[in-house]
Amino acid sequence: MRHIPLEPPAFFPRGPSPIARLAFFGLVSIALLFVDTRYHYLEDVRHVMAVILYPLQRAAQLPGETLSEVGNYFASLRTLNEDNAALKRLLVERSAMAQTYPAAQQENARLRTLLDLGKRYGAAATAVEVLYTSRDPFAQKLFVGKGPGADLRLGEAVIDADGVVGQVTRVFPHMAEVTLVTDKDQAVPVKVQRSGVRSVLYGAGAGHAPELRFMAPSADIQVGDVLVTSGLDGTYPSGLAVARVATLERETGQIFARITCAPLAGVDRSEYLLILGRSAAAQPRPEEPAEPDKAKKIGKAKRRGAGTP
Amino acid sequence: MALPNIAQLSTAGPEEILRPVRPWFIGVTLALALLGNLLPVSGVALALKPDFVALVLLYWCIQEPRYVGVGIAWWIGLVMDVGDGTLFGQHALAYAFLAYAAEFFRRRVLRFPLWQQAAQVAVLLGLCAALVLLVRYVGGAPLPRWTYAVPPLVGAFLWPVVTLVLQWLPRPQHSSTAL
Repeated sequence: MRHIPLEPPAFFPRGPSPIARLAFFGLVSIALLFVDTRYHYLEDVRHVMAVILYPLQRAAQLPGETLSEVGNYFASLRTLNEDNAALKRLLVERSAMAQTYPAAQQENARLRTLLDLGKRYGAAATAVEVLYTSRDPFAQKLFVGKGPGADLRLGEAVIDADGVVGQVTRVFPHMAEVTLVTDKDQAVPVKVQRSGVRSVLYGAGAGHAPELRFMAPSADIQVGDVLVTSGLDGTYPSGLAVARVATLERETGQIFARITCAPLAGVDRSEYLLILGRSAAAQPRPEEPAEPDKAKKIGKAKRRGAGTP
Repeated sequence: MALPNIAQLSTAGPEEILRPVRPWFIGVTLALALLGNLLPVSGVALALKPDFVALVLLYWCIQEPRYVGVGIAWWIGLVMDVGDGTLFGQHALAYAFLAYAAEFFRRRVLRFPLWQQAAQVAVLLGLCAALVLLVRYVGGAPLPRWTYAVPPLVGAFLWPVVTLVLQWLPRPQHSSTAL
């Protein structure tokens, strides 16, 4: 074995200087950032790289999975019994509601035919497990695992037992990215369950409560009101619980009331989520200039500058 | 197998000759660091988790600039962007900057004791985090929580560990004196 010192003295040419290389790669990075932020052209590249990276990601998940499996194994009988009892209680409580549900649905269907409205959500739903929360401190996202057969689409609503968690924003072969309702770029069309007042719930990023913006101070809304999806955007089926009004400031000097809300769903706690498939009978959105990745933009407050591609 | 004695577990001085590092060793350590970054943690662990890739990359940029430079760092950053689901080019830019900073850093860093190196590493990692913050903020992202400043500091604390571990293998005494 021989090891020759490979580093030549600095006065021999060694390719571009570090500053030149930094300038080159820095400019490429900024171009990439710009393209990714504004135009979302790089999703295919991301998908290919994600597939290549998948084995490594899978390997990274193994230690945690093993730990939790070992923990499960040693879970005491008592905990399981308690869980079981609690679940049975819950089942009885909910079964009353469930029994009235078909009747209510029938009635609803009759009324809807009378009113000639489109069908409500009724497509398949997929149960998924949360793999991990996003490591990006600037975004509120999480990644869920999905079976190879699961047919998830962009923009599908994600809920847990208590309410709306977010929507699917990226689909990879073995997992999907869910953007939470608390993300800054997320907006959910909602209405107040009590009064029917419509509004849009805007996420505000990590550590900030989502807000209802542009609500007149006189709007019929109170602290404690439950907000449900209005279904107006065609993304979220109507009637899903989203949040509860937490604070309400009506100042006479302001044009709009300042309303913050607390999500009802365990957006940062739930381990199992349900992804609601989009109903085939959903009303088609009014035609906009052809945008291939329209679903992704739903919920983004910002408009893209470019017109048709 | 003999355990390394205390003298071996100190930092290599500027006059000490280390055995040349094989490229595969660099690749393996970088892959392990990537694995560390991809660990699915949440909560407090996520807030504390340093950027292992940045640490290992910085180490190799200082020790082996022939193999690891701005270009390699940029590509690894791109991989990290995909792994974390962040904007394309965000980590790439930060790592390229880190590699460039290491180019100056390496001429003097070995003269300092480890804890003083760690202080300088804290500055570098902090600058990297600030660069990412700037890029994302310009791109319209909200300001993160204050815990955003924690991982670079944790990374700096880990710098001596990373240095000792990565220097332990290419030490000539390691194999010769153990026999």
